Amino acid sequence: MNTVNSTATAGHASTSSALGTVANWITTTDHKKIGRLFVGASALWMLVIVGVGVALGIERIASDSAIFNLNSVTQLFAMLRTGTTFGVLLPLALGFGIAVVPTQVGSKSLSFARLAMFGFYAWLIASGLVIGSIIANGGPGGGNPQMVDLYLMGVGVGVVGAIAASVSLVTTVLTSRRTGLSLLEIPMFSWSVFVSAISLVLTLPVLLGSLIYVAVDHHYARLAFGGNKGIDMWLGWGFSQPQTFLYVIPAIGLLAELAPIAARIRQPLRGAMLVGVGIVSTAMFGTVTQTSHVFVWSGSLIDKLKSAIPYAWFNLLPILGVVIVILLSLLAIQKGKKRLIAPLVPTFLGVGMILVGMAGNALQMIDSAKLSGSVFEEAAVTYIAYGAMLCAWGAIAYFGPALWGRKIPDISVIGIGALGLFATVLAAFPYYLAKDQVGGEVSDFDYSGPQAVFNTAVSLGHALMLFCLLSAIAISIKSLSSGETVSATVWSDQ
Amino acid sequence: MSTTTSHALPSGAQPAPRSSILVATSAVAAAGTMLMFGMLAMWFKFRDASPLRESAGGKMIHDWLPSDIKIPEVITNTMAFTMVIACVMAQWAVYSTRRNDSSHSTLALAITSVIGIAAINAQVAVYLQMNMGLTDGAYQTMFYAVTGTMLALLVTGVVFSIVAMFRAVAGRLGDSSVMSAHALYWYFLTAVFVALWFVVYVQK
Repeated sequence: MNTVNSTATAGHASTSSALGTVANWITTTDHKKIGRLFVGASALWMLVIVGVGVALGIERIASDSAIFNLNSVTQLFAMLRTGTTFGVLLPLALGFGIAVVPTQVGSKSLSFARLAMFGFYAWLIASGLVIGSIIANGGPGGGNPQMVDLYLMGVGVGVVGAIAASVSLVTTVLTSRRTGLSLLEIPMFSWSVFVSAISLVLTLPVLLGSLIYVAVDHHYARLAFGGNKGIDMWLGWGFSQPQTFLYVIPAIGLLAELAPIAARIRQPLRGAMLVGVGIVSTAMFGTVTQTSHVFVWSGSLIDKLKSAIPYAWFNLLPILGVVIVILLSLLAIQKGKKRLIAPLVPTFLGVGMILVGMAGNALQMIDSAKLSGSVFEEAAVTYIAYGAMLCAWGAIAYFGPALWGRKIPDISVIGIGALGLFATVLAAFPYYLAKDQVGGEVSDFDYSGPQAVFNTAVSLGHALMLFCLLSAIAISIKSLSSGETVSATVWSDQ
Repeated sequence: MSTTTSHALPSGAQPAPRSSILVATSAVAAAGTMLMFGMLAMWFKFRDASPLRESAGGKMIHDWLPSDIKIPEVITNTMAFTMVIACVMAQWAVYSTRRNDSSHSTLALAITSVIGIAAINAQVAVYLQMNMGLTDGAYQTMFYAVTGTMLALLVTGVVFSIVAMFRAVAGRLGDSSVMSAHALYWYFLTAVFVALWFVVYVQK
């Protein structure tokens, strides 16, 4: 009897302990937990978009290889586009920022931690609404008006959540730094999160404003904004370049932080590094104009300048910022002790991929290149998204010891980083070559030539990325529970 | 598990408070400004894209505001004036709080709240007097969207005033940054309302 009772008591204790843990996580105001919730939930979105990438690639291999109903293809592209930015890049930037920035600036907690938690829940609920509505024939170009309304509401709620989390981050950096730590002395990663969060606070409300117009018009009248077909036209800028540049600024800041730590020196020309990260945010001015700035070399000199200046400002200046960061990182490595720390590998490769994506976007915006509307744009987005995912892997490896006191094995970090690079190139580069293939379509293009080879390579690339992603998730979970216990300062101690 | 915890990076000492609420309100005000100005920019875009027609005075104007719609100018002008008074009241609350004057802080915040409610009431009166359907045309849809968003921001301002008033009633005047944040929020509301008033109600 005693045994039975004690077993029952132990079972009850275990259940209440599990419930307590769950309750603790869902009501937490601990910035490390909120950040990890953001990153963990975004991993689910990653699986969705990589899976959709594989499916679309297979669908495109041959004109008769139809897996999905043709009407579903619009939804798949909507899922890919929304998921890449709204489901992956945005929460990754916010999640790592929330988890790490308070610790880096010497604060015990996040300013307005409940606001950040509200941001997470808003984004999470919005994710459910967006996925559900797209599956039920909603989303841009969707055929079910109620589901299109639900999609618009979902994106709106998510944007409000992202603004809330960004406000919390900006306030933390501005008001909760430890005494004596000036804004320009904060670690490079925190600086990049700060720049990114300010950019989001200033650009996402513009997206929200457009969204309110489009949602009201779609629900009631469908007179001014083109109904379901107009969603991409009026809101598309929020899910494409240069807006995506703002989401990947923390990835660039991570490289800026890691390079001098690997080289064991103080960053040479640190001021220039701060400026380099800041320059990437010039993309913000392009996004608030709510339009693409295409470079057209025709007409009078004034016409050419009118086209060239915004093009260079919004598409080339952010590239200059990334180039400055990469060059200064290489300078630090060259000047300091040449040694390799594992998180630097995926981060460096990831930033390289982001740079290739940004360069592709700049090329696509040149009118005479005639790349607009082709799969070239998809390739640029893939480079940026997968590059950011590689950087996220570097961030998990780098910040793991500080966040949960355990380390991911170096071989896994470097291995998945290298394989991820290969997957990214395979998933994106063929579409840089296949400029004759129409974007956003799976069958209405010319199959003569190497299109089948390109589409097969892209499918393999996405499939390989899916493998990398699953491996990274499994290794991260293992590290959380049974990884090597290390000091929080393991990287600078090495 | 305890080993893990001991190796995690320890949190630093708690820094001196630096008006977190004021900074956060500034960020919200910046976001709100971008929201409303983005919406007004879209309004300009549609207005400029509308065809030209000859006005009653013989001028060529954009055919944006439907000719059968009359904007109740007395109400809208009064609203703009009232919003400016709300700012003065909110600033009075800051002034009184810094002097630890609970009764005047409470009075100032109560008047701010009432002014906010009056502004909401006036907006509803504008809707009733204009008597146009949301689905009647592009102008009508956009009018309700942009003024409705302003209305939502006004409601948040009133809620902020009421919360601040209860703090003042309870004598929690030690941290004047809450009152400064409240005043800043009303400055923001007034600035964006004046912009909306000029674009939507004056320029039409």
